[in-house]
Amino acid sequence: MSVANSDVNYINSPKGLWSWLVTIDHKRIGIMYLFTTLAFFALGGIFALLLRIEHLTPGRTIMDANQYNIAFTLHGAIMVFMFIVPNVPAAFGNFFLPIMIGAKDVAFPKINLLSYYVFWLGAILAVCAIIFGGVDTGWTFYTPYSIRTNTAVIFMASGAFIMGMSSILTGLNFIVTVHKLRAPGMTFFHLPLFIWGIYATAIIQVLATPVIGMTVALLIMERVFGIGFFDPALGGDPILFQHFFWFYSHPAVYIMIVPGMAIISEIIPAFSKKTIFGYKPIAYSSLAIAFASFIVWGHHMFTSGQSYLASLLFSVATIIIGVPTAIKIVNWVATMYKGKVSWETPMLYAMAFIFMFSIGGLTGLFHISLAVSVHLHDTYFVVAHFHYVMMGGTVMAMLGGLHYWWPKMFGVMYNECLGKIGAALMFIGFNMTFGSQFIMGNLGMPRRYYDYAERFQPLHQVSTVGSWFIAASFLLTMSYLIYSLFKGKKAPANPWDAKSLEWTIASPPPTENFLTDPVVTEPYPYGTPNKARSHA
Amino acid sequence: MSGHHEVHYVEGTKHAIPHHFNSGYHEFDASKMGMWVFLVNEILLFSALFVAYAMFRAKDPVMFHEASHQLNKWMGGLNTIVLLFSSLTMALSVGYLQRNNTKRASQMLILTFLCAATFMVVKYFEYSHKFHAGLLTAKFYTFEGISAGHPGLFFSLYFMMTGLHGLHVLIGMGVIAWVWWRTRRGDFNEHYFTPVEVTALYWHLVDLVWIFLFPLLYLIG
Repeated sequence: MSVANSDVNYINSPKGLWSWLVTIDHKRIGIMYLFTTLAFFALGGIFALLLRIEHLTPGRTIMDANQYNIAFTLHGAIMVFMFIVPNVPAAFGNFFLPIMIGAKDVAFPKINLLSYYVFWLGAILAVCAIIFGGVDTGWTFYTPYSIRTNTAVIFMASGAFIMGMSSILTGLNFIVTVHKLRAPGMTFFHLPLFIWGIYATAIIQVLATPVIGMTVALLIMERVFGIGFFDPALGGDPILFQHFFWFYSHPAVYIMIVPGMAIISEIIPAFSKKTIFGYKPIAYSSLAIAFASFIVWGHHMFTSGQSYLASLLFSVATIIIGVPTAIKIVNWVATMYKGKVSWETPMLYAMAFIFMFSIGGLTGLFHISLAVSVHLHDTYFVVAHFHYVMMGGTVMAMLGGLHYWWPKMFGVMYNECLGKIGAALMFIGFNMTFGSQFIMGNLGMPRRYYDYAERFQPLHQVSTVGSWFIAASFLLTMSYLIYSLFKGKKAPANPWDAKSLEWTIASPPPTENFLTDPVVTEPYPYGTPNKARSHA
Repeated sequence: MSGHHEVHYVEGTKHAIPHHFNSGYHEFDASKMGMWVFLVNEILLFSALFVAYAMFRAKDPVMFHEASHQLNKWMGGLNTIVLLFSSLTMALSVGYLQRNNTKRASQMLILTFLCAATFMVVKYFEYSHKFHAGLLTAKFYTFEGISAGHPGLFFSLYFMMTGLHGLHVLIGMGVIAWVWWRTRRGDFNEHYFTPVEVTALYWHLVDLVWIFLFPLLYLIG
């Protein structure tokens, strides 16, 4: 066996496009997922920008009402099914989960590749839906409208069904990998917290996704064969659809956010040069979230006519799920306390995550207070809330992870100065875009409305200008990252002086990950806080 | 780089152990767990239909009672026996492989396949009778012999549940044919029979789902 040679690595060995397309190497599949999901992120982002431009003025600005309905549906469906659900687990999870537990690959590499092409099949169907006139139901496909509308619901629903299968295969692979392929010494409580997060996510993926699969399959059957489950005229019940839909889609928001939290749990200790505070509480809180996520779906249905008792129970259960979430935030902050904190770009995004996700989480409490919820139901307050969680949370974590692991994945350093400018632009733009929506929602601006009263115009304009800051930040980030691929400084094996296993191997990693089998003794071996400071 | 690796085979077979596993047993263990996780996912897939069943039955038990009479208990019962027997032959094929008796194992796989085919033939006759009588999904339902409620909903459930189950039987037949072919080719021995083992796990679940479908649909009348 030759010594580590960073000229020969997973990127160039074996060579050729075909070797990439049929690869069963988890790292290459992770990279393919990364670029694919980022491309869909850009597509969903374009729809978002169009929506915001439309709202510059009341009435028509650039599109008519039907086009607006299609645009917000496609923005939601693309972002949810094609970006935020697969992005972190399938891209970063694929690349780093095996390396961080000291394995050579995931348990089922061929199924892993299959999941990638199944994802594409679903994505192509979804793109067909866009070509054949789009969908105007909102990403939630609520019945009975989704049964009656003449738009391409069947294409989009089939796409969601098939992309769900891909998500299940990824989750299945990760669960078995974590159980069966850990390196010697890598006990469950030596797992990096990123793995705990991805593992908890995988459990939700396997348990919740089949239910949305069945739900959208029944929606298709409803349109094709008239099964009547959701159609009152045939004896069915449209509310049943909402129960089915949210039984998946509430756990799904944890499929979206828990991997983001998992990334933050890696970035904070690495840039505080300190062992994570409260390892076990953070690990268990991921599992607690996974469990509790299954008993809170009714909080999406407070105004649907479900019984008062049901609403009360769902409200209480939802308050409970705030606890493990808060445990994570408290422990991250405690990790930084008396640490040797440095402010590289990944850490800036982690700070943005904590700030914005906290706002997103706390405004969630407004929605689960039954009386307040009625006031805020279907207003921009809801839109702002979930964008603070999903974008202010998951996307910030994704960007943090992208910068944190960029040197490892591609063996080059990005431009730190531009990185910081990008993060600042993002922070300003994001809070302009969605902070203003909290105010609008509270003043009564309903979500999904094409038109609005004159008095909302200043706030809408703040929001739209904010969205341009976000776009500028993404363009900048994309530019310097792509530039670094060609002209970037070569990255050392461990540029951040971090301690998990991926930093013990070359950048970019060799094809077989580890040239000698790793042995693990503890997670986050930064030493005690005092020792860490004496290093300074 | 991968050329540096020595390839290990399971004793007496041409099965190369993938490089990320330590041994054939390690791979067997992981594959089995993978199938169990998949089966949990399958149960959740069916669960949505069972929930819909429970809800609509609770809403209109009289209609369910009457509609159930339109199903043929004897055909359903025959299929139950056929599927239970196929689970036995499937388990026996694994047992024979564990004792390195590939000839008997492949015979058992043929029997399992034939049982599955019988199941589908019976199902075909049941379905064509329903189509003929107008016992169809809610929107296309034309049968006039049931007075209560919306009997079309019962038959929507019937077609969705048995249809999804039948799809699983068809997929199972394909997989059983494939492992039979590999057994015949001599791919398996007492040290390596992972594909047959996981196929058997899957097949038992398909059987198990039917064990619930049969009484819930056929025997409530």
